[in-house]
Amino acid sequence: MKKIADTGNEQNSFTFCVGPVHPALKEPLQFTFKIEGERVKKVDFMLSHVHRGIEWMGTRRNPIQIIYLAERICGICNISHPFAFCRAVESVAGIEVPPRAEYIRTINAELERIHSHLLWAGIAAHELGFDSVLHYILKARERVLDIIEYITGNRITKGIMMIGGVRRDISKKQYRKIIEAMEYYKKQVKKISDILLKDHVVKARTINTGILSKADAIKLCAVGPTARASGVKRDVRQDEPYAAYKYLDVEAITPATIGKETRGDVYDRTLVRLAEIRQSVNIIVECLKSMPEGKIAYEDKIPKLLAELKSVEGEGIGRHEAPRGEVLHYIKLIGNETLFSWKVRAPTYANLLSWVPMLLGAQIADIPIIAASTDPCLSCTNRAVITKHGKHVVIDHEALHELSVKKTLALRKVKHD
Amino acid sequence: MIVIAKELVKQLLKKPFTNLFPAKYAPKSIKQFLRDAKEGKVKLNPPVVVPPNFRGKIEYDEKKCIRCKLCTRVCPAKALEYVEKENIIKYHLFRCAFCGQCVDVCPTGALKLTKEFLLAGYKKD
Ligand code: SF4
Ligand code: SF4
Repeated sequence: MKKIADTGNEQNSFTFCVGPVHPALKEPLQFTFKIEGERVKKVDFMLSHVHRGIEWMGTRRNPIQIIYLAERICGICNISHPFAFCRAVESVAGIEVPPRAEYIRTINAELERIHSHLLWAGIAAHELGFDSVLHYILKARERVLDIIEYITGNRITKGIMMIGGVRRDISKKQYRKIIEAMEYYKKQVKKISDILLKDHVVKARTINTGILSKADAIKLCAVGPTARASGVKRDVRQDEPYAAYKYLDVEAITPATIGKETRGDVYDRTLVRLAEIRQSVNIIVECLKSMPEGKIAYEDKIPKLLAELKSVEGEGIGRHEAPRGEVLHYIKLIGNETLFSWKVRAPTYANLLSWVPMLLGAQIADIPIIAASTDPCLSCTNRAVITKHGKHVVIDHEALHELSVKKTLALRKVKHD
Repeated sequence: MIVIAKELVKQLLKKPFTNLFPAKYAPKSIKQFLRDAKEGKVKLNPPVVVPPNFRGKIEYDEKKCIRCKLCTRVCPAKALEYVEKENIIKYHLFRCAFCGQCVDVCPTGALKLTKEFLLAGYKKD
C-alpha cells in the first residue's frame, strides 16, 4: 500500500486505500485517501495495472484487422475507437468517405452514445442504492441494443466501420423501426429524468457532491460530459465537425444551455448526460431524414483497399467524440502491410485527474458515486483496506456499497420525519 | 419516487423481460432431457430470435473454396488457418470474433454467417 506523508493532526487521520480495484470501476486502479473523521483530506491514485499491449498487437496486423482490434479496446465505445482509427487512416491515405457512409457512421455513433449514457444512468442509480431504477433503466436500454443488432448484426461489437466507409447500409425498411425506437426513447428519457432528477433523495445525494469547478476542468484537461457539466463548452462534434456532424448543427450541452445553473457536481453530470441522450435521438432522426443515396464505401473490394494502403506513408490523427469525451488515435504508416506505430488516448485517461478536486472534502460514502460520475472505463476487484492505528480492517465492495445505501436511507428518513 | 413506484407495480403484472434459456435449470442429463423434449414430456423455451444478417458462427464449404487464402489475411483473430497437408481452411471457432470480415472478402461464397450464437468451449483451438 502506498503511504501518504502525514501532516499534523495525526491522531484523527488515517489512510484509506481503495483498490488496486474499486467498486465503481471496471478496471484496476488504486486510490489512497487520507481521511479525517468522515472527510477525505487528501487523494492520490495510481493506475496502469492492466496494460494489455493492444497497440503492440496492432503493429503486427494490417489496418483492416486493426479495426476489429480497436473495437475491442472498450466494450462500450466500440464505434468510437474504430471511428477514430478509420479517420486517422483516411487522413493519411487521403481517402474520401462517401456522404451516405458518413451519415451511417453518425447514426451508429449516436446509438452508441444512447446506450452508453443509459448504462451510466443505471450504474449511478445503483451506486446510490436504487437498484430497482438500475433494472428499470437497463430494461429501457435493451431497445437500443436491439436496434444496433438489427442494423449491424450484433448487439455489442458492431463491426460496421470500414476504412473509407461502412460495411452495412441502412435500408428503407429499417428506417421505420429506428424511428419508432427513437420515439420510445423520447418518452423514456423524460421518465428517467423524472425519476433521477426530481427525486429529493437523489438530489440530496448528488447536488454539491463531487464538485469540479470550470477552472479545474480546464486546467486538468477534462473532456466529454465531465467537462461540459462544469460549464466547459467543448465537444469535438461542435468544435471540429466531421462525418455527418458537418451537415447538422450540434451544440455542446452544458447545464447553461438547458437553462440550469452550473455547479459542476454529480447532479449536473447526470443532467448533461440525460440531455445528451435527447440530443442523440434528435441527431439520429435528423440523419435518417436527410440521408443522401449513394455508395457506402470508398472501395468495396477489400484486397484492393489493402493493396492501396500498403503503399501509403505518413502520420495521421483521428478524433471522435465518444460518449465519455474525446478519443484520439495516432498512427504512422511506412509503406508496409502493418502499421509502424499506433497510439490511443481514450477519454477516461484525460478525465482521471479531475477525480482529485472532486473527491477532496467528500464523505467516504460518497466515494462510489463520485468515482462513477465521470463514467470511468476501468475495471475492479472487490475490496478496500483501511489501516487505522496500524490495524487492518478490510472493507469489500459490498461494505462500501452498503455505506452508500445507508446514507441514502438515512436521507430518506430525514425527509419523512 | 412516485414515477418509479408506478413503473414497478406495472412490472409486477408483466412477464420477465429477459430472454430465457431453453431450460430453466441445467438438466442432470442433457441427452435424457432432449429425449424428453422430443416426446413432449418437457417444454423448451423457444429460441431467441435474431435479426436477418446476424453475425454468428461461420460455416465453411470446402467444395466452393478456391484456396485463395484471402480470408486468412483479413481475419483479425487468426481464427482461419490454411492447413497445407489437408489443403483446407481450418476454422477455430473459439478464436473467432464474429466480425464477418472473412465472409465479406471471400470471392466464392465458401464462407457463410449462421445464426448460431450459444457457443462455449474450453480451448482456443
Ligand atoms: S468472423 Fe472474423 S474473426 Fe471470425 S473467422 Fe471470420 S474474419 Fe476471423
Ligand atoms: S476467401 Fe473463401 S475461397 Fe478464399 S480461401 Fe478463404 S474460404 Fe476459400
